[in-house]
Amino acid sequence: MIVIEKYGKTEQEAIESALKELGATRDEVEIEILEESSRGLFGLIGGKQARVKVTKKYNYGEEAKNFITKIFDKMNVQVDIEVEEDDDNVRIDLRGENMGLLIGHRGETLDSLQYLTSLVVNKGKENYKRILLDTENYRQKREKALERLAKRLAQKVKRTGRRVVLEPMNPYERRILHSTLQDHPHVVTYSEGEEPYRKVVITLK
Amino acid sequence: MGELVKVIAQALVDSPEEVQVKEIEGEHSVIIELKVAPDDMGKVIGKQGRIAKAIRTVVKAAATKEQKRVVVEII
Repeated sequence: MIVIEKYGKTEQEAIESALKELGATRDEVEIEILEESSRGLFGLIGGKQARVKVTKKYNYGEEAKNFITKIFDKMNVQVDIEVEEDDDNVRIDLRGENMGLLIGHRGETLDSLQYLTSLVVNKGKENYKRILLDTENYRQKREKALERLAKRLAQKVKRTGRRVVLEPMNPYERRILHSTLQDHPHVVTYSEGEEPYRKVVITLK
Repeated sequence: MGELVKVIAQALVDSPEEVQVKEIEGEHSVIIELKVAPDDMGKVIGKQGRIAKAIRTVVKAAATKEQKRVVVEII
């Protein structure tokens, strides 16, 4: 966060010069008028300059992009980074060749990058924004794959009557399995074990 | 590869100027020693080593390109 104070003949002028110095637009800053300008008597005596305080707001999306750019630079991979930001989330889409390398086995590299970016961007901030890193629609494909897996395993549990324990997954992936089978007539799901090895279990009702 | 570890560590800690990285190059593997200020240890290790694990995963991905085994040690 950068704060500067500026004088100007009018409030407007003081704000403009502050924005110029910060290289920011109006919606990227918070403005506080410290002293109003006054023209004085007949514009001659006792005129007072305006004083404003302009604070450049912290930009989560920009910080995220900076961090990821630095990482890819050191990894020697060329990636186009697109950032979308709202009040609660920063969505980052990566595009380039060899995205498989950045996804990793079952998305573990993508998840690691996402986790590190989230730590860096939210460090010491009052407001937390969720970082969502994706490439080539991987998240959605994985979600569909997990839904299919859940349905297939539910059938197996129903047929054999034996419970099935899945491999360890992160909370996000476990949630997909739970919600897919939430209303299943014959099986129930729960998780067991400790993070990061927590696993989903599917068993007969 | 050491540069990559440094960039990540510096972004995570409170005292980036105290981040030190040493690369020990072997024939088939590289050992990267990461040293941070004592107060910053938690920032690069995390609960149950979760942050350290994420750093290692990213470094491992970068290393597959160079076909070398990389070990990241936090000391």
